Amino acid sequence: MLIPHPLLGPRDAQEFTYLGDASLLNRPDGMAEGALDAFNRHVYLRDNPAGVHRELWFHEQGDRSWLVVTRNTLTHEILGAELARDVALAQKGGAK
Amino acid sequence: MRFSGFRVLKEALTGHHGWKPLWRNPEPQPAYDVVIVGGGGGGLSTAYHLAKVFQGKRIAVLEKGWLGSGNIGRNTTIIRSNYLLPGNEPFYEFSMKLWENMEQEFNFNAMVSQRGILNLIHTDGQRDAYRRRGNAMLLAGADAELLDREGVRAMYPWLNFDNARFPIKGGLLQRRAGTARHDGVVWGYARGADLLGVDIIQNCEVTGFRIENGKVLGVETTRGYIGAKKVGVAVAGSSSRVMQMAGMRLPIESHVLQAFVSEGLKPVVDGVITFGAGHFYVSQSDKGGLVFGGDIDGYNSYAQRGNLPVIEEVAEGGLALMPAIGRARLLRVWGGIMDMSMDGSPIIDRTPVDGLYFNGGWCYGGFKATPASGYCFAHLLATDRPHETATAYRLDRFERGYVIDEKGMGAQPNLH
Ligand SMILES: Cc1cc2nc3c(=O)[nH]c(=O)nc-3n(C[C@H](O)[C@H](O)[C@H](O)COP(=O)(O)OP(=O)(O)OC[C@H]3O[C@@H](n4cnc5c(N)ncnc54)[C@H](O)[C@@H]3O)c2cc1C
Repeated sequence: MLIPHPLLGPRDAQEFTYLGDASLLNRPDGMAEGALDAFNRHVYLRDNPAGVHRELWFHEQGDRSWLVVTRNTLTHEILGAELARDVALAQKGGAK
Repeated sequence: MRFSGFRVLKEALTGHHGWKPLWRNPEPQPAYDVVIVGGGGGGLSTAYHLAKVFQGKRIAVLEKGWLGSGNIGRNTTIIRSNYLLPGNEPFYEFSMKLWENMEQEFNFNAMVSQRGILNLIHTDGQRDAYRRRGNAMLLAGADAELLDREGVRAMYPWLNFDNARFPIKGGLLQRRAGTARHDGVVWGYARGADLLGVDIIQNCEVTGFRIENGKVLGVETTRGYIGAKKVGVAVAGSSSRVMQMAGMRLPIESHVLQAFVSEGLKPVVDGVITFGAGHFYVSQSDKGGLVFGGDIDGYNSYAQRGNLPVIEEVAEGGLALMPAIGRARLLRVWGGIMDMSMDGSPIIDRTPVDGLYFNGGWCYGGFKATPASGYCFAHLLATDRPHETATAYRLDRFERGYVIDEKGMGAQPNLH
């Protein structure tokens, strides 16, 4: 599998380590109401879809950036990759 | 139709005209007492034990493809009970004992072969860990022996003992472990269940659940609606997809695991050897092919095939351990979809939906569990209580902090 790194171009997936579903970026607020339940869902429960999946890959043997890769779990086709930092910032409402 | 030596002789002398199909191919009934979803090892063993041990009536197994089309037909057939944790080891030892009697019980040759499994040791730390594991096994009634370097050499003199990175210092041996013929296990349980009146319905995919007021009434399938008082789901790699139709998210990720077979060689490996440090394990089939594998590819997958880097890694591990196989050719490579749970251990439990039961999270080790997985699931379906060896396999153990994490890796499925 080749991952289209937004800064470095196509890189062999072997250079990366895999973490899992990109929802792991959204760490729940531990002080909020219902935090226990939110953390259970965050840490343990997964959608695990057959089809398009957004997932975290770490460029360990490269520039050590975290990417959000969009990939089809039925075919292994990679549909795109973004810097996880950009995705996380966009989710927080575009703050810098 | 019973199998026996006499029967084989008689058929041989009369042109083999008397053999019959091993099970019927019935049309689905409008309703059953219990519907099992998934005709793999888990589902068939459940139906068999439900009918046999718990005298269940009106039972159906619904399989979306053909029997054995899932992981049970794709695995490397190792059976063993060499686990460490108290939540696991009694269950796997129960399974081991069922393997030892299964063929007589269901009158079918599953080629259960207790040829022994050897886990190699390379460091003092590993020896301590394996000694502890061996003691845990003994406490649960299993067998375990710690071998030193010379003990391993006596068994397998041709291993590479002086690898610079992982010299062999000994091994943990379970002599009662071994292999079984995966298809034989499917056919044996299917035939056994069929003889006890279970309807085995192939090419019947479950596409939804009918749930009213929090209670399951039946399943929608590609062959129409089938009513059921209880539904037991045992679909391994498809667990998340199927349970999602009942509105549940599971502590499971689906990953691909590959396996390999070499060309037929003269007998050389008469047991099972695992080289965990090199991500490689091997046995030899009765036809002579080396059957081997390594780790899962490591990313979510439903593709039933893996990628080349793992093939290279497994081949490297194999060569590091057994330089002698360098010229052997690889014949076949394939993959299966593992239901990797968040702690690496399985789940056999009720669900929040009344009448809906779940069996899954088998990771890469559910073949050895086939007899006990079915027995314990049948126990749960019949009595609404977990079997005594499966009390730890609760669905809510993650939330409650009672994970069963053999490897101590945390909620990271690709590391279990
Ligand atoms: C390469 C490889 C090597 C392995 N090696 C070992 C080993 O050495 N030792 C060991 O103990 N374990 C091993 N395993 C793991 C073991 O094979 C599995 O854990 C075990 O087979 C899973 O249980 P099962 O047999 O019930 O699954 P499966 O055989 O996968 O059965 C599940 C069935 O459910 C069906 N299904 C899915 N969705 C639906 C639906 N909607 N409706 C109806 N039916 C459905 C599928 O078609 C399938 O037949 C290995 C697995 C692989 C892939």
